[in-house]
Amino acid sequence: MSKDKTQKTVQTTGHAWDGDLQEFNNPLPTWWLWAFYATVVFAIIYWILYPTLPIGDTYTKGAFNDITYTTEDGKTETTHWNTRALFEKEMQEAREMQAKYVERLSDASYQEIQSDPEQSGFAFSMAKVLFADNCAACHQTGGNGVIGMYPNLIDDAWLWGGSFEQIEQSIREGRQGNMPGFKGQLSSQQIGDVSAYVLSLSGHEMPEDEISRGEEVFAANCAVCHGNDAQGKTAMGSANLTDSIWTIVDVPAADSMEEKKSAVMELVREGKSREMPAWKERLSDTEIKILTYYVHEMGGGK
Amino acid sequence: MKHETIETNAGWLIVLTLIVISIGGLVEIVPLYLIDDTVEEVKVAGKETVRPYTPLELRGRDLYLREGCYTCHSQMVRPFRDEALRYGHYSLAAESKFDHPFQWGSKRTGPDLARVGDKYSNEWHVQHLIAPRSVVPESIMPNYPWLLENKLDYKDVGDRMRALKIVGVPYTETEAEYQANVERFGEEVAKKLDINSAADNLVAQANQGNYDGNPRVVSEMDAMVAYLQVLGTMVDFNQFEDGHFVKFR
Ligand code: HEC
Ligand code: HEC
Ligand code: HEC
Repeated sequence: MSKDKTQKTVQTTGHAWDGDLQEFNNPLPTWWLWAFYATVVFAIIYWILYPTLPIGDTYTKGAFNDITYTTEDGKTETTHWNTRALFEKEMQEAREMQAKYVERLSDASYQEIQSDPEQSGFAFSMAKVLFADNCAACHQTGGNGVIGMYPNLIDDAWLWGGSFEQIEQSIREGRQGNMPGFKGQLSSQQIGDVSAYVLSLSGHEMPEDEISRGEEVFAANCAVCHGNDAQGKTAMGSANLTDSIWTIVDVPAADSMEEKKSAVMELVREGKSREMPAWKERLSDTEIKILTYYVHEMGGGK
Repeated sequence: MKHETIETNAGWLIVLTLIVISIGGLVEIVPLYLIDDTVEEVKVAGKETVRPYTPLELRGRDLYLREGCYTCHSQMVRPFRDEALRYGHYSLAAESKFDHPFQWGSKRTGPDLARVGDKYSNEWHVQHLIAPRSVVPESIMPNYPWLLENKLDYKDVGDRMRALKIVGVPYTETEAEYQANVERFGEEVAKKLDINSAADNLVAQANQGNYDGNPRVVSEMDAMVAYLQVLGTMVDFNQFEDGHFVKFR
């Protein structure tokens, strides 16, 4: 066949398998060979510039390629090229870029931030990201929370108070909300009565006799925490029971008065404790300040 | 040896091919075992703060592997600004030195979990594992309701610790080993790493922590949440000045 013709133009390895199967022995294409040499040269330059070659328990640190960075504490260091130094440098550059805003923010009072559109705009844009990364998993992206689990931050009802200072305290130190269960202390009838009384405070129609009996139960058992007027005490995060905003019992979702009452009874029987984690270890003072401002402005801060 | 000898002898071809391709891996991996700074020293007041998992956390980690959480979650915060802002300080090699196998990973369908410990409440984790969409509506994470229903099987926890001991994790069986741990981690931690009292320690931690909200039963949820809550919390970076860990690279 074409065997003779091929042998004239291209060399073979000279070996024949199965009688007539042969293998070409082409030289490498020139462009390929030069590209290969180029990678070798590249590697050598790379070895010189970057930390590469291991020597015993250490390694070459690279040359002509040092990184100088300043840490957050203001210490300046120069070191051979490495990813952690690169990271410090990156952080430093970002800090310097934002310094103008961040320094002003951390010095400013909340009222000053409020009255300066530039500062409050910056705080808001930072806060959105911080809130999404740290708070949204519980309080939801929009801050509206989940009834029964995580309080709504955008309404103007506050468990622990809605002033800047109180909100900051909530975020910095965390909060433990504890509504005790009364199933051991109160009879079912008493629990029913006090629940009817609680519902009557927010304008629900309940039988008069239950309300008047419930009022006594409330005064004896609940007023210590919720207050005689049942408006709640910010010192212990006890909910205001006289408004139509519910944070644990989903009263609005219950269809009938019966269901509303049994939902409240369930809570009074079993109790509920909830935890807001403390953020002082994870977030910086400025970050907490920015979030406080954001939460305050998002809801009805006081 | 001539080209042809190799090409016509399958045995040689296999052996030599393996040698050649393993060079690429070996030159990158072997030096890491020899270089002093690979695993950072993390000591506060003379004691190492990165410790092996307690028996309960260890069972939690086993469940993490069983459920395949690693298919969506990595456990390594890389040294980039965007990652630091979202997750916290970059991960140290020292922080996974007792992990066998490590959970670094590069596939992130969900967020990195290297610093998730102490970020949320136990209550949140339980709710989120049973039904992720009840707290994060847009989540695509699967539901794991059985973690709360299943009792934790911990009768073999001692064997599991023994297996890890073989690969160098300092769990202890003898008095001498225990004393070495007291020296290294302090007494409180050393007690939790003792294989002889593993089951007792496990139950005690589950009862005390009450991770799943049900103090009567030691469930798989107890172990899983105990594990998640310890991730990334062993190094207190406030104890070290900013940039301290640069010098190890
Ligand atoms: C693990 C879930 C969780 C996370 C994450 C979380 N919170 Fe909370 N937060 C709660 C719970 C639960 C409460 C209610 C505590 C109680 O019952 O009194 C709360 C309460 C609050 C309050 C007080 C509300 C009031 O009515 O007084 C504020 C303010 C707040 N959180 C802000 C934040 C901010 C800002 C973040 C992010 C940095 C955040 N929370 C992250 C669960 C969480
Ligand atoms: C030890 C203090 C304390 C006592 C006593 C107490 N509560 Fe509470 N209660 C709270 C706290 C704190 C909350 C909010 C819990 C949270 O947010 O996690 C709460 C919440 C509630 C709620 C839910 C309100 C909502 O918006 O969903 C109702 C209803 C309630 N309490 C009724 C009662 C009744 C009725 C009694 C008396 C039988 C009572 N409480 C006794 C502290 C107490
Ligand atoms: C199909 C992929 C997938 C699997 C498998 C998976 N997750 Fe997730 N996970 C996600 C996604 C997506 C998110 C982000 C949304 C959310 O919070 O639910 C997430 C979030 C989380 C978070 C919250 C992280 C944070 O910082 O907000 C934790 C904790 C978590 N997952 C633990 C687990 C555990 C434990 C398992 C195994 C039992 C697991 N995940 C399995 C996809 C997954």
